[in-house]
Amino acid sequence: MTIHDHLVDDDLQTVTLNVNGSERTVAVPAHRTLLDGLRDEVGLPGTKSCCAEGECGACTVLLDGKAVNSCLVLCVEAEGHEVTTVEGLSADGLTDLQEEFLNAGAVQCGFCIPGQVVSAEYLLRTNPSPDEAEIREALSGNLCRCAGYQRIVRAVQATAVRRCAQ
Amino acid sequence: MTTAPERAVEQRDELGEPSDLRPGGQVGRPVLRYGGDARTSGAQRFVADLRFPGSLQVALVTVPVGCADVLGVDTAAARAIPGVVDVVTAADLPSPMPRFGVSHTDRPVLADGRVNYHGEAVAAVVAETLDAAQAAARAVVVDYRELPGVYTLDAALADGAHLVQDPSIRPGHALAGTNVLEDAHYAWGDIEAEEARTDVVVENDYTFPMVTHFPIEPGGTVVVPTDQGGLDVYSPVQHPYLLQRTIASVIGLPLNQVRVFAPDPGGGFGGKQNPKLEPLIAFLALRTRRACRIVLSLEETFQSMRRAGCRMTARTGFTRDGELTFHRVTADFQIGAYADVAPRVMGKGSYVAAGPYRIPGVRIDARAVMTNTTPSTAFRGFGSPQVSWAMESQLDAGARELGLDGLEIRRRNLVLKGEAFVRGESAAEADGEWHQALEKAAELIGWGTPLPPDRGRGIAVGIKPGATSGLSQSLVRLLCDGSAIVYAGTSDMGQGARTLWQQIVADELGADLDRVSVVSGDTGTVPFDLQTSASRSTVFMGSAVLEACKDVRQRVLELYAESTGVPAEQLGERAGVLITPDGEVSLPEAARQALGSLRGEFIGQGTRRLRGKSKHPLGGDAAFYEFNATAIEVEVDRETGELLLTRHVTVSDVGTELNPLQVVSQDEGAAIMGLGHSQMEQLLLDEHGRIRNLGALDYRIPTFKDVPLELVSAAVENHDGPGPYGSKGISEGALLCTAGALGSAVADATGVVIRDLPLTPERVWTALHASETPVTPSP
Repeated sequence: MTIHDHLVDDDLQTVTLNVNGSERTVAVPAHRTLLDGLRDEVGLPGTKSCCAEGECGACTVLLDGKAVNSCLVLCVEAEGHEVTTVEGLSADGLTDLQEEFLNAGAVQCGFCIPGQVVSAEYLLRTNPSPDEAEIREALSGNLCRCAGYQRIVRAVQATAVRRCAQ
Repeated sequence: MTTAPERAVEQRDELGEPSDLRPGGQVGRPVLRYGGDARTSGAQRFVADLRFPGSLQVALVTVPVGCADVLGVDTAAARAIPGVVDVVTAADLPSPMPRFGVSHTDRPVLADGRVNYHGEAVAAVVAETLDAAQAAARAVVVDYRELPGVYTLDAALADGAHLVQDPSIRPGHALAGTNVLEDAHYAWGDIEAEEARTDVVVENDYTFPMVTHFPIEPGGTVVVPTDQGGLDVYSPVQHPYLLQRTIASVIGLPLNQVRVFAPDPGGGFGGKQNPKLEPLIAFLALRTRRACRIVLSLEETFQSMRRAGCRMTARTGFTRDGELTFHRVTADFQIGAYADVAPRVMGKGSYVAAGPYRIPGVRIDARAVMTNTTPSTAFRGFGSPQVSWAMESQLDAGARELGLDGLEIRRRNLVLKGEAFVRGESAAEADGEWHQALEKAAELIGWGTPLPPDRGRGIAVGIKPGATSGLSQSLVRLLCDGSAIVYAGTSDMGQGARTLWQQIVADELGADLDRVSVVSGDTGTVPFDLQTSASRSTVFMGSAVLEACKDVRQRVLELYAESTGVPAEQLGERAGVLITPDGEVSLPEAARQALGSLRGEFIGQGTRRLRGKSKHPLGGDAAFYEFNATAIEVEVDRETGELLLTRHVTVSDVGTELNPLQVVSQDEGAAIMGLGHSQMEQLLLDEHGRIRNLGALDYRIPTFKDVPLELVSAAVENHDGPGPYGSKGISEGALLCTAGALGSAVADATGVVIRDLPLTPERVWTALHASETPVTPSP
């Protein structure tokens, strides 16, 4: 064994992920994050990578229905759990929430938006009528450098109104 | 739905009012973002999402200090790692080391024996996998000797300071042998005479921090060698044509052999304007004859772009009536290890360092000071936010001495439309009704109404010169079925440029909005555009698109005459229609008739070129000025020093809102970004020149929780801009004077004036406590 064997982890783990309702088996090293696994192995690049340390929220996905930073979860940890990405939310076309993001002018460069949409979806599923403070709190882990924050809050409010009317 | 519901833009004056220019038209309406569906569904492909099967991955090798001589690079261990294809050092690149840069040709493709800032690459590893590349980068052994680098303005300006720049870059330059890269001086009037008649003088020092762009998309580059010996370069840049020219020049290829694809930047803000790592990746692709790819980490992005910090001293005079008499200011911009566009940031920022005011005597002396730090570059607002912080704070300092308030002192000094605020050889006049914005901001903040304890209000104004020169070209194809394709090289990084082109073409050619598509981000198919910066695109590219549409209409008219036998003199055209002796025909229908059974299409070309003036310090008169008035109401927590923004009003002079939804998005975004450098953002360096708060954990930008309780964006529209339908650029205004308004509000709430940014809780708390130090009772 040489020193180099420690530098590159060639020991691949076979992991079966349930992503957006489909089972996907990938072979990844144990240190591979769910974020990179989704993007590079499963082929779903809608989930974005920015800080890679759980601070920006760009990589937010639903894990068993709960919003998590996929950069802080390993692929091997996700085995046996249900993963929903932005692509999964949009499988049947734009959701009402995504429509309201556009209507509110909340989408500028768009890079943070998949993560925002997933976090906001989680909020609305757990709290169907959030007030503004609750929206700000729930989304405070999702950074937007275009700073469409006020627009995003409106989009979430508008979606809540739409859903409550249904 | 193609337009937003009214509630989305309810703050705007009268929704859709500019549509009066085009009854029933799309221009002036809150049309939803072009490409918005993909941006919300995750289908949008940013550079890191593009797949290049068989591409090699690149990792960079750096040394852990900000300034060092590289004595040797041992790549043996790295090369032995399975999957490593190549390890490239300076010795593997052409000699002399190729250099590039927009203002000075100073930046080496790889560090050439000397590391000039922390994060500058000394070697690059190319490997089959990212894991292998990163492991090999760690295995490269760099033998280096740390040098006494200069990391602060004081260190850089000290006698005998280490020189950041290689002396061969500017031999014989008057400032060679110093760390001052360039300086700028503007003066008018008789300062001494003005000071002699002055009643009140205020003199203070101000600092503005180094801050980083922090785009949520860190960015990256892929270079693919083509079968024809050329290079395809994928990089999310604001200036694809500049990147094309830079790569062609550094590599030695004709322009047509370098094709730049610019995927939409996931946030640019100025940081993705100028080439950085692309030349290196191009060399790696040429060496390996394989596609080479790098995707940056956020930390690497921090190390590749930032705003220049600035230290200013200002001495300002007023009459008893509150009229400005003179203003002297020195401004030292702390730029980085390479010039990038920083000298222009310094020169253009300091040009407006006396603000939009009527001042008989002014002297401005500014310097761009090099330090061993991340090269600073363009950042929303360019150099204006820095100088505005000092100027606006000085106005308030004068007002306090004179017993006036922040609104009144600005009323008395703000120039009227057509009045010069820069005098002398290269004068500049107000090109808008700026007082309207000031008054509107005052009204919306409730200026003068009573406030509870520990609350205060501040108001400030800011200006920024727009673009001064350059060419934008566009092609518009009207197809035989009435749909249209626009070719426009503007990078759509969130401002929504493509939406505007779609709106303009829909109106000008009478096409349905959803039948207009836009092609951009490809130098191989889209005509030249100088750059996407300085809020220039609406004015420059918008005018080119408009002209291309007129060109299409003229061609339709001519072929219609030929096809139908109606003499051309009897035909006319205007937006959306052809006028015939028998009445008006929609342009798509006229085009269909003119083309006949063989079909075909019409191609129109539009050009907007501003030549500039060679003797003007900015390279020409600004095509327009961005003007903004911001008013902030703040509550100060005396126990913690925390600021709660209860209301924040921004009013920009926009000329005409072509899309009110996009204007409000940009305006709010700029306002909150301005709160970043005003309240929390600052890059901190250690004694080795390393960024201490490197990354999202330690470098705070505004979050949802930092948005003011009420954020109000409003606009002044007088249809007096040089762009289509009287528009102006608007994307930077709301951050020009955020700091001034906030500082003023804190002073109003507490009586304590702080002159260093950002106004962190610690800084506010410290200032409050210093002011409360009990005075020793007199005996």
